[in-house]
Amino acid sequence: MSMFKIFNVAGSAVSAQSQRLNVVASNLANADTVAGPDRAAYKARQVVFTTTPMGEVGTAGVTVSQVTEDNSPGRRVLDPKHPQADADGYVTYSNVNTVEEMVNMISASRSYQNNIEVMNTAKSLLMKTLQMGQGG
Amino acid sequence: MLNRLTDSLNFQAEALSLRSERQRLIASNIANADTPGYVARDFDFATALRQATGQGSVGDSSVHTPKLTMAASNGGHLNRNGQPVGGRDQPDMNYALASQTNLDSNTVDMDRERANFADNTVRYEATLRFINSQVRTLNTAITGQ
Repeated sequence: MSMFKIFNVAGSAVSAQSQRLNVVASNLANADTVAGPDRAAYKARQVVFTTTPMGEVGTAGVTVSQVTEDNSPGRRVLDPKHPQADADGYVTYSNVNTVEEMVNMISASRSYQNNIEVMNTAKSLLMKTLQMGQGG
Repeated sequence: MLNRLTDSLNFQAEALSLRSERQRLIASNIANADTPGYVARDFDFATALRQATGQGSVGDSSVHTPKLTMAASNGGHLNRNGQPVGGRDQPDMNYALASQTNLDSNTVDMDRERANFADNTVRYEATLRFINSQVRTLNTAITGQ
């Protein structure tokens, strides 16, 4: 039954997309983080998807191969009264781009939904296949 | 005599198995919609069914080309698709071209894949119904009601 592989394929995609959603959530949560005493602010993270072959030809799942850090400099704001301000009076925030993260989140949740729907369809087809020949 | 009863069922069984293979393929495409560099794949159902059932081209049913298979004398032999022998031959896969330009060279077109998936689902169910109704017909014939 080659259709059972659909659960592996769509399942791997769902878990990869949920990991992406997780990373987006932690980026958004840290969007306004200020650099600590070590002067290192939170760096935005991105997941990297890779195709994983699953046995037969054309059966390809997805895995998160690595999580990369965005090394662009953080947002610097002049605020001398801020307790975390440096010698020049600047506060360094994390380099998270909130708009980018929101777009990323919508894209991830749409893909997640798509794969859940694929699994539901495959399930109902398999249930009907199990009842084959029973007069239905 | 019995094979006359089941011959038509065999054809539907091949169709059903190809439909499920195509379903798996489209599911893979949908799963990889966000993977950079992934190339969507699909196969032509009509050609694959003709290959699987060993029938000639459409409109020329007298031509009966038997399917050529390679001899596999050892369990480690691979078929022409590079798969271990034993299973049925995989249909010839095609690669989809990107319908829109894409920076990450991913050629999955979600609209197309969703449409193909829905289409394939309905046709799978149709094949199931054909099989069910044939079984019902055969049962009626056997029981003589």
